[in-house]
Amino acid sequence: MENSFSPYALRRIILEQSKRAGVGHIGSSLSVADIIVALYRDVLNIPSLQDQNRDRFVLSKGHAALALYAALFLRKIISKDELESFCGDGTAVGVHPEHVLRGVDFSTGSLGHGLSIGAGAALAARLQDSDRRVFVLISDAECNEGSLWEAVMFSAHHKLSNLIAIIDLNGQQALGYTKDICDLAPLEQKWKAFGWDVRIIDGHNVTEIVNTINVLNTNSASPHVLLAQTTFGKGVSYMESQLKWHYWPMSDDEFELALREIEETV
Amino acid sequence: MRGTFIKTLIDLASNDPRIMLLTGDLGYMAVEPFRDKFPHRFVNVGVAEQNLVGIATGLAESGFIPFVYSIGTFASLRPYEFIRNGPILHELPVRIVGVGGGFEYGLNGITHYALEDIGIMRVQPEIVVIAPADFEQTRNALLATWDLPGPIYYRIGKDDRSIVRGLDGRFDLGKPQHIRSGADALILTTGSISLEVVKAADLLEEDGISNEVVVVASFNPPPVNCLSSVLMEFPIAFTVEAHYISGGLGSLISEIIAENNINCQLVRCAVTSIPRGISGSQEFMNESYKISGAEIARRIVKELKS
Repeated sequence: MENSFSPYALRRIILEQSKRAGVGHIGSSLSVADIIVALYRDVLNIPSLQDQNRDRFVLSKGHAALALYAALFLRKIISKDELESFCGDGTAVGVHPEHVLRGVDFSTGSLGHGLSIGAGAALAARLQDSDRRVFVLISDAECNEGSLWEAVMFSAHHKLSNLIAIIDLNGQQALGYTKDICDLAPLEQKWKAFGWDVRIIDGHNVTEIVNTINVLNTNSASPHVLLAQTTFGKGVSYMESQLKWHYWPMSDDEFELALREIEETV
Repeated sequence: MRGTFIKTLIDLASNDPRIMLLTGDLGYMAVEPFRDKFPHRFVNVGVAEQNLVGIATGLAESGFIPFVYSIGTFASLRPYEFIRNGPILHELPVRIVGVGGGFEYGLNGITHYALEDIGIMRVQPEIVVIAPADFEQTRNALLATWDLPGPIYYRIGKDDRSIVRGLDGRFDLGKPQHIRSGADALILTTGSISLEVVKAADLLEEDGISNEVVVVASFNPPPVNCLSSVLMEFPIAFTVEAHYISGGLGSLISEIIAENNINCQLVRCAVTSIPRGISGSQEFMNESYKISGAEIARRIVKELKS
């Protein structure tokens, strides 16, 4: 069960590795866990890492890299040793993802950067007459960044329908709830007004995520954005919607409890 | 230089389909010939320099060679982090073309004066930094570097007519160019202001002072060995640049002198204060900030006498 590519397996790796390394960003990684499973197990077309026509993925919210590493491991792109070097000294498997690691297309960590890279990659695919797609996973608070909206406007103007943004709408950011810091609402109307095809989905329902992506028309007149409604820290009751789990590591008791809780979901 | 740059780029693009030109809505009367010839390889992203560089990064990862065009300040300062975390970090062949260094946008004022672009670019490892002195050197610099594997910053002037005497358009990546021989002092310069340095050298020669003049067009990789050799031959050297006094050519030469234990006094002629509330023609600004031919000559005479 542990090595099958499931939301449970991914969450278990997130918990084990963050516990082992004693680092945070657990809540953010759990928030995107189901989206990452959907993408890396069922959606992304990667015949080989050298294939120029493979789908591209940009983890614009780079601080959720542990979820990505777990997926790369479950997809057998990185080894167990590499996974277990997470946050070790001298590792390429750090808190934020770096492209020098096999399977990572772009280094990220500075918010507001990923969508414009993704738009460039999508434009390149069209110029090269390739049907590859570009997926960009964005945090909701990342929508505070002006540079994100530059890319939003560009992508709509150029009708980059091979570009699929997914927003992890967990409602939290480093110091508080997004609605209290710089309210994003109404986010759906904002993206629509900017010319995007907007879908609202349950970001924890893998089947729904996959089915939604599968019916997107990547030869249409607009880029696509999935507003994925998620719960920060999903799967671990004491982490859910709790701000401290942006940065906090788990105690031994908390770790055991977290493992038990995610096992109950299987 | 920008006209020559675009013209040369069109020649290159005719033979290489990877070349693209992206602009942040600047380059009126400069970029149009490329746009007209290669409409699918020209993108005006609008007034959005961060996105401009982000798009170029995504294009480059897919095999394109995107040239990103804007005024020097907007090409370098606004998207600086995107350049750092994009093409530099990913080792991608994005070319940042910053037009009009120093006071070339004279009437437009401080927001349009690129006075630190070389400094901020040169501190980043692995980005090639090039500031040609005239249009002929611009052409040769582009021909010598356009297909390098990593990123490049070009500081390009607006003047497509003037020629820096003695340079003959020569360009060698990682090497400076000697354009004049002399015995009394060494002048090192870079970019369009080289024209003023030639004027200064002419004026000094009338007064019986002969100068060795060296053009440094290639900052990264820094031409350390060639510059140390020439610095060892002179008791005093002057750097002249249309740039703030920190970070650019004067700083590079200071580093070389200090690290190679060279016994050479250095005088840096550069912009030493913020041009706040002061704008005017390029000539006026160069004169005001003491980097015009006459002011450079005056400074050299003064320092040689002291």
